[in-house]
Amino acid sequence: MSTKHAITVTVNGQRHRSEVEPRLLLVHYLRDVLDLTGTHVGCNTSQCGACVVLLNGEAVKACTLLAVQADGCEVTTIEGLAPEGSLHPIQEGFWEQHGLQCGFCTPGMIMASYQILKHNPHPTEAEIRKGLEGNICRCTGYQNIVRAVQAAAEQMHASTAAQPVASSD
Amino acid sequence: MGIAAMLGTPIKRREDPRLITGQATYVDDLKLLGLLHMVVLRSPYGHARILHIDTTEARQYPGVVAVYTAQDLQGKVGNVAVAVPLGYISEGMGCRGPLASGKVRFYGDPVAVVLAEDPYSARDAIDLIDIDYEPLPAAVDVEQAMQDDAPILYEEFGTNIAYGMHPPSKEIDRIFAETQAAGGVIVKTRLINQRVAPVSMETRGVVADYRKADQSLTIWSSSQIPHLLRNILAVQIGLPQHKVRVIVPEVGGGFGSKLNVYPEEMLAAFASMQTGHPVKWIEDRSENLAVTVHGRDQIDYVEAAATPEGKITGLKVYGISDLGAYSQLFTDVIMIAFGFPVSCGAYDIPAVHLSADIVFTNKAPTDAYRGAGRPEATYAIERAIDLVAHRLGKDPAAVRFLNFIRPEQFPYKSAAGATYDTGNYHAALQKAMDLIDYPQLRLQQAQQRAEGRLVGLGISSYIEICGFGPKGTAPVGLYESARIRVEQSGTVMVYTGASPHGQGEETTFAQIVADEFSIPVEQVLILHGDTDSTPEGRGTYGSRTTAVGGAAVYNAVQKLKEKMKLIASHLLEASPEDILLADGKFSVAGSPQKAIPFSDVATTANLSNTLAPGIEPGLEITVFFEPDACVFPFGTHICAVEIDKTTGEPHITRFVAVDDCGRQLNPMIVQGQIHGGIAQGIGQAMYEGVVYNEDGQLLTATLMDYALPTAPELPFFELAHTVTPTPVNPLGVKGIGEAGTIGSTPAVVAAIADALGVPHIDMPLTSEKLWRLIQQR
Repeated sequence: MSTKHAITVTVNGQRHRSEVEPRLLLVHYLRDVLDLTGTHVGCNTSQCGACVVLLNGEAVKACTLLAVQADGCEVTTIEGLAPEGSLHPIQEGFWEQHGLQCGFCTPGMIMASYQILKHNPHPTEAEIRKGLEGNICRCTGYQNIVRAVQAAAEQMHASTAAQPVASSD
Repeated sequence: MGIAAMLGTPIKRREDPRLITGQATYVDDLKLLGLLHMVVLRSPYGHARILHIDTTEARQYPGVVAVYTAQDLQGKVGNVAVAVPLGYISEGMGCRGPLASGKVRFYGDPVAVVLAEDPYSARDAIDLIDIDYEPLPAAVDVEQAMQDDAPILYEEFGTNIAYGMHPPSKEIDRIFAETQAAGGVIVKTRLINQRVAPVSMETRGVVADYRKADQSLTIWSSSQIPHLLRNILAVQIGLPQHKVRVIVPEVGGGFGSKLNVYPEEMLAAFASMQTGHPVKWIEDRSENLAVTVHGRDQIDYVEAAATPEGKITGLKVYGISDLGAYSQLFTDVIMIAFGFPVSCGAYDIPAVHLSADIVFTNKAPTDAYRGAGRPEATYAIERAIDLVAHRLGKDPAAVRFLNFIRPEQFPYKSAAGATYDTGNYHAALQKAMDLIDYPQLRLQQAQQRAEGRLVGLGISSYIEICGFGPKGTAPVGLYESARIRVEQSGTVMVYTGASPHGQGEETTFAQIVADEFSIPVEQVLILHGDTDSTPEGRGTYGSRTTAVGGAAVYNAVQKLKEKMKLIASHLLEASPEDILLADGKFSVAGSPQKAIPFSDVATTANLSNTLAPGIEPGLEITVFFEPDACVFPFGTHICAVEIDKTTGEPHITRFVAVDDCGRQLNPMIVQGQIHGGIAQGIGQAMYEGVVYNEDGQLLTATLMDYALPTAPELPFFELAHTVTPTPVNPLGVKGIGEAGTIGSTPAVVAAIADALGVPHIDMPLTSEKLWRLIQQR
């Protein structure tokens, strides 16, 4: 048993002060301490990307970060991507284009897609596929995920009103 | 457009809002008061004797509540369930309790469990259990495991061969000899269908909550089979069935791997009963790769005889199925019961000879994985057809056209045993060839080859048997059920025994009901996955949910519709035969002004105390559907590849799939199923493979080592379809869940072999393997 550390993390705009074991993974902190279970654990080894969240606006795999490493940071999870009651264009894209089946990889896929579009608002199919290579989906064969990101890019381009709330850029 | 135009429409899925916002509840998202966390200690050896277990230190670790070994389960928990026909394999062979006793037989075999107040402490304590093992030589290679001097898993039986099927071959030998005498050819090959891992993105997981006060157990499990899980688990842990409730929450994929009652479900239930606390177990990915059932792992010796024109006169298949260390639910029957009946594929082959051995080895148990037996059978026949074409110097498409069962031959009784419902194999192949512009692509490839490029084309014309099904074939009836209640508001509640894990049945089933009741889809609610509220069902697997479960829903609606027409006829003062239902209204034929809304009839049925004599109040019914026969989807996949000469890396340049699953209820969902199926089929062809070393150590225990296809590796799939409905169910639908996996693999292998100008290469066709072949050219 190790000494606990005090951390302060702002998650989806809300400040949390917690005492955590130094070995506690960020993903377990989000899921088990803050009850934000939309972020999933798929592999424990950074391959599958089901745990992708935004740390200070950049996509990270929350299963390979310690909660203490997020001390003083801002985290956005799938629950905080769009204001309550509305959908982010990427979420809409996934729904419209049937970009999910079992849905388990979906939160991580959506957060990774956010990262792609943040740096490249008009990605080609190849760029989208490359951008998603750290995320595994076993259901869709990725085709409709690619379409979902393309649809989101178009919508975000068409409507500048639909700015993501969580953007720290 | 009226309200009733839902079927055949690609409406968006109703399950998605909760999934895209992170609000869905998977098993690991559940929190219960007093929850204990279970962690399993597993064998680090492929084969070893357990000499001594000391759990003292683990029990004393802070936060630990209990530690159990096989000894603690004695007389309290039954064996892992196996659903094989009686007498099929020797009683006791392949059997196990949930924790190993005496011996461990594969890497990951569960040996002990720790229950602790938090998962980190449980994990710490696992390391404090001290076990003395005596490592034993392992039987890893299946053909070596069949030899007399092989290490034996079950010593008392003296062999690793669980069952052999070796019928006389005189007749097929005569046919082969005659074909050869008449100037025909015999092709022979040995095909390895390598062991693969299903890898649903959500691993398995279970929460068990036993209440001592009323001796009742609630299980939340990531499962494809809530009712089977309840029925089997109740027996295993000695509770009456009505005291066990299974709830299957959101399930993050299964692909057959969650079609089992696993040791951990039994252990969590046992632990909860012992401690009086709810118990959670969540599989980690390494456990998932080590102990959740694997798929395939079959070797086929295939021989085909053909006339000089390429007409197949006979087929011989000798299959060896690698069972792994233990029998799970369907381990022993995957090859013989699910694969063998479709050994002849889409072809009119007059004679077939099937023989088999099924063999235990020191590896994880194999069982159902998307396709289960049918991908292996399809791979064997499709490769055989290509070998005939290769030998005769004919185009593989032409050999297929020559041998296809013709549309007028249906229903068609195959020499391998199955009776095919409907099909039009010529049309699917032709459409795929048109879509990819086959003649042009062949010409183009000839030019590219002349430039020294490694390009190839592969065709696979598959069929599938699914929608299990049918009466009298399985140890228990494989039916589905639907309970439908039309509430007083007109809302329709549908309780289905089928339980999905990504298939979108909340959408397709609602489409069936909305269409048949002529009401908006929003007025229909589909509920599933809770054995306390849903009628008995058999689960989602074998591409059966729509063909069997959907048919039950359809039939239930018809019965309720009759009753509603009767009530409407009284309200409208007309004869029941004259009542029509359209656009959300019951009306009188010929007098459209005499009409009453669907919801008013629902209100009357539920509230009125003046219903006509003989009409019971309420609108609720439970219907079961057990099909008389299986359904046989089919199609053709064509793959074009180019191999990078310097690295050996294969690139799929085109992938065309023409699939026929009969009538499509939601084409968007159908296409999604095909995409995912193809991706898994390509995965097996090019990337995936479970690898053990000679000691039975698993070398692919993380996703760093087990290669799943990612987005940049997969091509854009070009889909088209034909529609050949089935008479087997009232919807005319066949299954589509597994078709992509069955059809795609042989096409990819054929294309890569074609690119290298060789008859066959064993999977997975990794760039390393291809690079080596290129160096040898």
